[in-house]
Amino acid sequence: MSDAQTDVRAYTLRLELVDEPGELLRSLRPIAEHGGNLLSIFHERGNVTPRGHIPVEVDIEATPDRFETIVDGLRDAGINVIQAGTERYSEGMTIILSGHLIDTDLSDTLSQIQETKSATVTDISLSAPAGASDISSARMKLATESGSTEEVLSVIRDIAEEKDLRLVEPLTTGGAE
Amino acid sequence: MRLAVLGAGAVGASVVELAADYGHSVTAFADSSSAVVDSDGIDAADALAAKRTDGVVGSDDPSDALSADYDVLVEATPTTLGDAEPGFGHVRTALERDRHVVLANKGPIAERFPEIRSLEAESAGEVRFGATVGGAMPVVTTIEDVGPSRISAMRGVLNGTANFVLSRMAAEGLDYEHVLAEAQDLGVAEADPSFDVDGTDAALKGVIVANVLDPDGGYTLADADVDGIEDLPGSMLELAKEDGRTIRLIVEFADGQVRVGPRLVPENAALAPAGTRNAVQLETEHAGQLDISGRGAGGAETASAVLSDVERLES
Repeated sequence: MSDAQTDVRAYTLRLELVDEPGELLRSLRPIAEHGGNLLSIFHERGNVTPRGHIPVEVDIEATPDRFETIVDGLRDAGINVIQAGTERYSEGMTIILSGHLIDTDLSDTLSQIQETKSATVTDISLSAPAGASDISSARMKLATESGSTEEVLSVIRDIAEEKDLRLVEPLTTGGAE
Repeated sequence: MRLAVLGAGAVGASVVELAADYGHSVTAFADSSSAVVDSDGIDAADALAAKRTDGVVGSDDPSDALSADYDVLVEATPTTLGDAEPGFGHVRTALERDRHVVLANKGPIAERFPEIRSLEAESAGEVRFGATVGGAMPVVTTIEDVGPSRISAMRGVLNGTANFVLSRMAAEGLDYEHVLAEAQDLGVAEADPSFDVDGTDAALKGVIVANVLDPDGGYTLADADVDGIEDLPGSMLELAKEDGRTIRLIVEFADGQVRVGPRLVPENAALAPAGTRNAVQLETEHAGQLDISGRGAGGAETASAVLSDVERLES
């Protein structure tokens, strides 16, 4: 096909920023300086990692060469690059799980989904009207690699079965497959 | 046409009531224990009044209706699973007598489709079953018009009771048990709503559509992957709503698989009808998505689909 080194592709960068003013801007500078085209920034301001950092997901377009330079530039600037994916999380998917989510270790459920490598959980909302020890529900937004929705769903189905959770899957209506 | 109507529930009774409007006469009418037969045409009002007051439609034996003079047998007895009897036997008898058959009973088409087709091939009679899927909505005939080979998938809301329960839960923030009890009070749900809420009824319709779309598939209920909405937590609907979505009991046929289960759909989607309404979406080869919606159940609605099928036999 086309020359791999000059072909512009989409990449996802997962960064963890120190919670200080100007950090987000500082993290974007190396991208602009090295010729990356910024597609979107997902700044999880309310979400803090166990280390007190703020996760940020940045989608950019660049040639593979430039992408390498951008990642190096970010690391040189002291920005914490968690994941520099060649994969593109191009499809969004929402699911709802219900059951003894807390008792069956919600963070383990999330890790198992992340471990599929083709999906990342970008947002989670929990509803536990009767308290954490009773039935609760969680809505999760996942970003999946294009074409891998079915594979990711099948992993989630297995998790749901194993933990006796009720899963409501999205209805994909043509075109997107 | 002269009709023999088997089954005196909401659908059978409405067919008897409306037949004259459509230019047909009813020469036999039976429920499970009684019948009224008259080759000159029964008195519909008398038979329906007798059913209401005495619980019988007439003084004849039900088997007399099956052997009466008629052009079309209308099979509207309750849907049964597995061997689909007695409905299947009624269809066989009529076809062996070279009579046409119009079904509102889902059992024979969902469970024994290949046998029905081979009986039909041997007979001068024809079998139609548009009333079995989506009540008054023209689902089967639309598929026939577009051409089964030009449709790659069907998705639908084909159970009004389940849809009522889910839309009320979402709109009012009420829990499952509460809304189901309300539906029973309103007559939207039956005393035993199992088949509606456990997905069986929607699955039967999905299997029928599968048999129309893939006539050599020989699909039965056992081939369907079925999940229901029983005890669905209200918190799931709440979380869906916060995100501009809702949950509907969706029946889907794609890639040779019939699947029924609660699914997330955008709140304003064609497949998120309100109340007891049904909706079907066909994925067509040349015309994108084709949506049909309307009343998927009810005596007069389903009877109108039966009578439309009778009209098609004439043409």
